[in-house]
Amino acid sequence: MPAVQETIDQVRGIDIDQYKYGFETVIEVDKAPKGLSEDIIRFISAKKQEPDWMLEWRLDAYKRWLTMEEPTWARVEYPKIDFNDIYYYAAPKNVTGPVSLDEVDPELLRTYEKLGIPLREQEILAGVQTSKVAVDAVFDSVSVVTTFKKELQKAGVIFMSISEAIREHPELIKQYLGSVVPTTDNYYATLNAAVFTDGSFVFVPKGVRCPMELSTYFRINEKNTGQFERTLIICEEGAYVSYLEGCTAPQRDENQLHAAVVELVALDDAEIKYSTVQNWFPGDKEGKGGIYNFVTKRGDCRGARSKISWTQVETGSAITWKYPSCILRGDDSRGEFYSIAVSNGHQQIDSGTKMIHLGKNTSSRIISKGISAGVSQNTYRGQVSIHRRAENSRNFTNCDSLLIGDKCGAHTVPYIEVKNQSAQIEHEATTSKISDDQKFYAMQRGIPEEEAIALIVNGFVKDVIQQLPMEFAVEAQKLIGISLEGSVG
Amino acid sequence: MLEIKNLHARIAEDGTEIIRGLNLTVKPGEIAAIMGPNGSGKSTLSYILSGREDYEVTEGDITYNGESILELDPAERASKGIFLAFQYPVEIPGVATMQFLKVAMNEQRKARGEDELTTPDFMRRVKEAAEQLKIDPAMLRRPLNVGFSGGEKKRAEILQMALLEPTLCILDETDSGLDIDALKIVADGVNALRSPDRAVIVITHYQRLLDYIVPDTVHVLYKGQIIRSGDKELAQELEANGYADVIETAA
Repeated sequence: MPAVQETIDQVRGIDIDQYKYGFETVIEVDKAPKGLSEDIIRFISAKKQEPDWMLEWRLDAYKRWLTMEEPTWARVEYPKIDFNDIYYYAAPKNVTGPVSLDEVDPELLRTYEKLGIPLREQEILAGVQTSKVAVDAVFDSVSVVTTFKKELQKAGVIFMSISEAIREHPELIKQYLGSVVPTTDNYYATLNAAVFTDGSFVFVPKGVRCPMELSTYFRINEKNTGQFERTLIICEEGAYVSYLEGCTAPQRDENQLHAAVVELVALDDAEIKYSTVQNWFPGDKEGKGGIYNFVTKRGDCRGARSKISWTQVETGSAITWKYPSCILRGDDSRGEFYSIAVSNGHQQIDSGTKMIHLGKNTSSRIISKGISAGVSQNTYRGQVSIHRRAENSRNFTNCDSLLIGDKCGAHTVPYIEVKNQSAQIEHEATTSKISDDQKFYAMQRGIPEEEAIALIVNGFVKDVIQQLPMEFAVEAQKLIGISLEGSVG
Repeated sequence: MLEIKNLHARIAEDGTEIIRGLNLTVKPGEIAAIMGPNGSGKSTLSYILSGREDYEVTEGDITYNGESILELDPAERASKGIFLAFQYPVEIPGVATMQFLKVAMNEQRKARGEDELTTPDFMRRVKEAAEQLKIDPAMLRRPLNVGFSGGEKKRAEILQMALLEPTLCILDETDSGLDIDALKIVADGVNALRSPDRAVIVITHYQRLLDYIVPDTVHVLYKGQIIRSGDKELAQELEANGYADVIETAA
């Protein structure tokens, strides 16, 4: 597999302390005053030129949030977050929303170029870039550009920033926003509802197969700024979309907060494939800095025979708190969760999924691969719940953990709840160490130590990598290699 | 080719001395059998030759083609041509046998400053070697050693040996767990690799394998030392009388 070679090359080329995406873009910024209050929420809503009902929605969420407690059940430790010490809105000056490509600040275009994100449609069309992917680029609190909008429009697909969608498609927003993750859902989701600044909106109408991959690329640039994005994807009857999400941030000594909400809705026979490669700055090797990633992602298989599939490769963030879930409401619907979570250095991951079986003949599949190195802690936390009416539902869960070295930890916390006798549940879990035997065996064949580890790790995550779209698969393997750099010895 | 001089080695973790002043010379083209009762240090010797970290050499030296290899790690020794066929080959889940072979062959070529193999060239070599060992091509697409039968594992070892073209092959109890048919296939594979510039060390408990891979020299290892050396008749003598006589004579 050529990707192994690429992993190795990447591992070689990069120093442990060199997070490749750690540069900062120097650009004039428009910020809200620091801290959180009703006034700040009004400020954000005004900046986004939102209708009154949206502002009310936010303020309701804020009032609710003030009464809530920060959850502490996850296996992560961090100093208390001062929510008044954060900027809730930061946008490149003179950018209030996406414009056409020609109008985008060249400094921003250069940033995305450096990140390897293709924004120039002409180049893509001219074949400079090989694959055609429509991108929504979110920089701090605003979407700066969305590519291929026109072409998607022809197919009837709406792909735009959520801020635009609130103005242009209020009926869809009113119908679907908060219908999967209600504003009352949890501490971070409620906070997000109050202060979310941008994100992507996708609507694929009945019977349409989205003609290209859609993707959103999130970048946190400003210091002390939280990113609160909100993504909403709707697939009507028989529609299909594959959506990719990528994230990076500059290298900073302070921790930064990222609290996103993603909602997916699949109606009858619809299918949504959502892939994430999360590469927020993980902190340096002493554990200083890094992103706190508190994310609520949930898909609602609302229609019969609908399907939602989450695939995630988590390599970044100082703290990850994330459980992409599926509500299997429609009969014969299917939910899938494929995850690779790599932790190194001082990273802490508490991640997993929930599969809530409500409809008849619903099925779900969970494949989770955790890799821990350094002094990191990596927890899989998953819930499979079969409700009373979910006749003949099935779940298969497989959680494997791989330890590199002896100072890290891997934990598996499965919750299984069955209220219908006809359910079939399978759970497999393994924890292994890259054994000295495996390493010695590979080295005895002439494969140097780091390459041997890369090979063994790539073998370990193969089931999940196969679920990713091609371009992402290669990227993901490289990332895993980079994340594990320095884990040897 | 291989020169072991007054070698003393112990288990790194607890300091137990296993090899206690071992001397052995193996010439190019030679097939040397190392025999001995259980616990005499046979497998340990194969690990020390191939550079496993769990053992520490406290005295003496191992030279290979005139150069000490004690400071080299296992991968470096492998690229110098030292190959160990494992008694218990290790499973590598998710890594197809074919993929493993390609990475290993190219890493060794890289270490020797040679170009990587082209895919067609690689495929041709694998196909030829697999046919000779009666290996089903489907097996090569399965993860290395995962769910392989005992015979398949040993054949996969010899396949790797054939493809990596080492100059010193160490076979550690290759006959264990093999039925007679599999044993013949494996022995044929080894015999096919015999050449004037390649040496083979056959580590075995029983004479049986030596009926098929006929040694030039036979050495008896006991308590970490070679206590007697001879030709192939020594192996037959051991088979007939057991190790007790030899041990007593030496003591």
